[in-house]
Amino acid sequence: MSTVIAQHETGIPAGAWNADPVHSSVGFAVKYLGVATFSGELTDFEASLVDGRLEGTARVASIEVKDENLKAHLQAPDFFDAERHPEVRFAGTAVAPGRFEGEITIKGVTRPAALEGTVTGPITDPYGNERYGLSLQTVVDRTAFGLNWNAPLPGGGFALADDVTLKAELSVVKAA
Amino acid sequence: MLILALSGSLRRGSHNTALLRAAGELLPPGDELVLWEGLAEIPAYDQDDDVEPAPYAVAALRRAVADADAVLFATPEYNSSVPGALKNALDWASRPLATNAFRGKPVAVIGASAGMFGAVWAQAELRKVLAAMGARVAEVELAVGHAAEKIVGGEVVDEDVRRQLADALSALRAEVVPELVAA
Repeated sequence: MSTVIAQHETGIPAGAWNADPVHSSVGFAVKYLGVATFSGELTDFEASLVDGRLEGTARVASIEVKDENLKAHLQAPDFFDAERHPEVRFAGTAVAPGRFEGEITIKGVTRPAALEGTVTGPITDPYGNERYGLSLQTVVDRTAFGLNWNAPLPGGGFALADDVTLKAELSVVKAA
Repeated sequence: MLILALSGSLRRGSHNTALLRAAGELLPPGDELVLWEGLAEIPAYDQDDDVEPAPYAVAALRRAVADADAVLFATPEYNSSVPGALKNALDWASRPLATNAFRGKPVAVIGASAGMFGAVWAQAELRKVLAAMGARVAEVELAVGHAAEKIVGGEVVDEDVRRQLADALSALRAEVVPELVAA
């Protein structure tokens, strides 16, 4: 049995749509040293929506941060273990305006997750494409996915927070 | 499979070096354990000397690690931590960090000490250092306390230690060939 949710209930246009890779981004943000939020992007990804079903995959090798050594550390078994788990994934279904419920897979571990945010559009863009926007995020506990690295701080506490915000800013275009 | 064995001890009668030799005898046919004996030749790390070509002993270490399928460490414990010579060798091997020979390399850490704890703190610190370098640190625990009673004349005479050593090798080999995990 499947549940059909009408488009007007979720705000997600029907049909097949693909993220425009140049004008979309996928990334993460995490509190570092307890005072400020550090963020990075996964630049190589694709995302598609088909009748309210969102599926996205990003390549761990494409993580971009501003330090070469940190970038290498994030690829290592201490963090994402890109050699064994080269991709991260989300697959879920729109259940309410700006809310997708499904599963996220990081480092080979799959857990339930809900992405929440806003839907904007659709519009007809200046190039004649039908396009709309999704601004989504969720918070995950990175240690639940085996990303356990940390370092104790001299004054107590740890360098890196467990909670990580995952963000997707998608500009999606109707498939031809 | 080629396993490079690194002892943190330079002592001729080292219990840790004896553990590594014993590990070599427990490997299945076709697998080889090579004991690295260049630790004493590694100079003190100096960033001014960290250029190409690297000091000969350093280049040899980096090449040995790169050529191995996995690296097995056995370390004593000095002042609750990793012996300076071993840490120094890893500091050389870790450069440049983003592309160093240990990146993604399956490694395992074991240790022996004359006291009762079997170098557990040194082992924990060594695992931390190796993980920071990007190595794939196998979940191996082998702390041989009261080593003088279990390793006599360079031979591991304690059957329990030999069994744990075999288990440690299995865990390390499984990191090289993940299919072995299921076996």
